[in-house]
Amino acid sequence: MAPDMAGLVTAAKAGDRQAFEELVRATYTDAYTLAYRLTGNEEDASDVVQEAYLRAFKSLKRFRGDAQFSTWLYRIVANCAATALGKRAKNRHETLDDDAPLADLRPDYDPDARLDASVERERVTEALRELPDGLRQVVVLRDVYDLPHEAIAKELGISEAAAKVRLHRARRRLRERLFPLRGEEAARAV
Amino acid sequence: MRSDTITCESVAERLPQIMDGGGSPDPAIAGHVEACLRCQAELVQYRKLLRSLHQLRTEVLEPAPGTLTSIFASIEAAGERGAIRSILSGRRAAYVGGIAVATAAAGAAGALVLASRARRRSLRIAS
Repeated sequence: MAPDMAGLVTAAKAGDRQAFEELVRATYTDAYTLAYRLTGNEEDASDVVQEAYLRAFKSLKRFRGDAQFSTWLYRIVANCAATALGKRAKNRHETLDDDAPLADLRPDYDPDARLDASVERERVTEALRELPDGLRQVVVLRDVYDLPHEAIAKELGISEAAAKVRLHRARRRLRERLFPLRGEEAARAV
Repeated sequence: MRSDTITCESVAERLPQIMDGGGSPDPAIAGHVEACLRCQAELVQYRKLLRSLHQLRTEVLEPAPGTLTSIFASIEAAGERGAIRSILSGRRAAYVGGIAVATAAAGAAGALVLASRARRRSLRIAS
């Protein structure tokens, strides 16, 4: 039976630690999945999800309940991931201006496998991982998790216009990488 | 390919944005796409991409064993820190309150002493 999320939130807000732990149990795989999609690796995802629950625990009293708990939590995860990726970027040179096409490095790539849904998911996941952090965060939050542009901009600390520009660039790169048109495929093979 | 001033390149620039929906696209662009097989193909690929991305939402990845334990441990630690902080801030309030009461009491006692001295002096002068 699915837990009564609203009841758990009310109890947790009143200081019931067990209720908060139940909320964690009910949501942590989803939160981890989002963290993984945003950061692109397990280690960062685990750190992000831990930090996100800690922040959620500390700020639960401020949760007004006008959104679902999971949506509120996703925004915290997005914010924590942005912070973690910001720290990581300091140690790695990467720019959003890099328009180099993403190369398919798998020589044994089999076109027939496109029909297989799990292979398809794997390809999309891999293509997402290869995107620069700034592009990946926006496209995951918008096109996978349906967060509005405004919320994405707020959690990533960028303007709404910048969020939209990043989204469109991310979509274009993914489209070129995953679903190339005839000419693009030939150009990439050269 | 060209239709009036709209080129495939300019449509390609706009397609990722058009996929957002929210209002009908520029009629000139819509007209170009209707007449251009290349741009239609690109539009189809964008739709496929968005479908594939959306399908990821149903996939759940399993965190490494121990993740849940780590989350609970950090919450536990934060809870204890919060409790200690509230005890300390409670004690601080008690100290500040005690000092304030003691100061007020000392002030009142001083005032009483001064008042009684003044009364004695005035009685002595009167006699």
